[in-house]
Amino acid sequence: MSILVIADHNNQTLNGATLNVVAAAQKIGGDITVLVAGSGAQAVADAAAKVAGVSKVLLADNAAYANQLAENVAGLVADIAKGGYKYVLAASTTTGKNLLPRVAALLDVSMITDIISVESANTFKRPIYAGNAIATVQSDEAIIVGTVRGTAFDAVAAEGGSAAVEAVAEANDAGISKFVSEEIVKLDRPELTAARIVVSGGRGVGSGENYHKVLDPLADKLGAAQGASRAAVDAGFVPNDFQVGQTGKIVAPDLYMAIGISGAIQHLAGMKDSKVIVAINKDEEAPINSVADYWLVGDLNTVVPELVSKL
Amino acid sequence: MKALVAVKRVVDANVKVRVKPDNSGVDLTNVKMSINPFCEIAVEEAVRLKEKGTVTEIVVVSVGTKDAQEQLRSAMALGADRGILVETADEVGALEVAKILKGVVDAEKPELILLGKQAIDDDSNQVGQMLGALLGAGQGTFASEVKVDGGKVQVTREIDGGLQTVELGLPAIITTDLRLNEPRYAALPNIMKARKKPLDTKSPADFGVTTGTKLKTIKVEAPAERKAGVQVKSVDELVEKLKNEAKVI
Repeated sequence: MSILVIADHNNQTLNGATLNVVAAAQKIGGDITVLVAGSGAQAVADAAAKVAGVSKVLLADNAAYANQLAENVAGLVADIAKGGYKYVLAASTTTGKNLLPRVAALLDVSMITDIISVESANTFKRPIYAGNAIATVQSDEAIIVGTVRGTAFDAVAAEGGSAAVEAVAEANDAGISKFVSEEIVKLDRPELTAARIVVSGGRGVGSGENYHKVLDPLADKLGAAQGASRAAVDAGFVPNDFQVGQTGKIVAPDLYMAIGISGAIQHLAGMKDSKVIVAINKDEEAPINSVADYWLVGDLNTVVPELVSKL
Repeated sequence: MKALVAVKRVVDANVKVRVKPDNSGVDLTNVKMSINPFCEIAVEEAVRLKEKGTVTEIVVVSVGTKDAQEQLRSAMALGADRGILVETADEVGALEVAKILKGVVDAEKPELILLGKQAIDDDSNQVGQMLGALLGAGQGTFASEVKVDGGKVQVTREIDGGLQTVELGLPAIITTDLRLNEPRYAALPNIMKARKKPLDTKSPADFGVTTGTKLKTIKVEAPAERKAGVQVKSVDELVEKLKNEAKVI
């Protein structure tokens, strides 16, 4: 059985989420091919070729794929998939979620979002209702298309493989969409979904200024990534890509510190698989306490600086 | 310009769902149902475009049981002009919903098609993209800003690293993210008026679509419970626990 994994990348580096998808592909078992569709993406293909467990890398290098426009990439992926692949997998990133349903529809097959476990060759588990239920689904489709939740699979090694890189000539420009601009938030901290420790703030931090004043020193001290609840994002404290939750990013770090976060269902869905959860909140009844391993009731403006000084 | 908005009837966002004891699904008897929050944002965006004079007519469509009429009426109370219910009691997968919506689009010929980015029950995040493929139309998914200008639409999308803006030709598909807008509340007179707005009922067969899905749900379980935690009384105790008990710092 052959598995096509769509690489998540920015034309220069391979996103670590792809390593989790390869891990899921190994659980299914079969020959793993990684497709790198991009522009000037040779370095990404070279990186993909070194990933443990990958037997072949396809590089579709064309201006049409430069910004991962789903309209252009989906046609390419569908054509390659029709050439004999049984599975098409991608990471549950915004890129994967934008692309794969379009691929599935072109192949006229149903798709599985957010696979968290491989039960057998055609049976998978996925969370529904904001993670309040886990569904086991069986696909009877000829080609199984799915996105993989990275935090549910341990990444394979980025080094050790020696796959051959083959060029794909197909240049598929659907001509119905155009990239205009991009605004990427520059961060000096670890990437949120890959971090070992996450420090997250909610509405309780009060303002954007206070978010940074209180949480930055803690994140610095712990070498942690920073996250936020939807309430903090909606209030404009931090950009939306900080959002942890059902409709934001899903994280599962070793330590998740929820500060000034009440713990709405939608937030819990994004972090309740963390190994250790700490809640710091002035409300003794906050729902976050029901999932926290340790919770401290107090004013975050005094507790957090005290914590920083004692670490 | 005509806009088509797809809405889904789902369990209300504030309800904590329970898995049925026989693991066949979640228990939805006597549970409050609402418009999916992302669909509500899609309706609001269409109404705002109508208020700006860009959109002239808003058609709302839902695929589901007869009860989904309620959600279509709510959408009409927010400002949609008429509704289409594609009635089916069977299970319908995302691909089948997309095929039905393609049938509706072919019949109605809207230039803008708005959907929520995902339904909060199945959390699939698929229908808009699938509809884009079936129609051969451009897709602006996870939209936080929409600007219609002549024959084009610019969509600012929420992506993992930040924001991305794309330009699409018409017809275009837009799936809404939470930050696109703040939906209004329906005023009582508008709720009364919505009752008189036209609502057509169709069936999947009218669009040549067979319901069902090749994705079978075998079992639905409650997620593993986390073991109860402890309240710590001081920062010192917290640091001590994290260092010596949890060993995470």
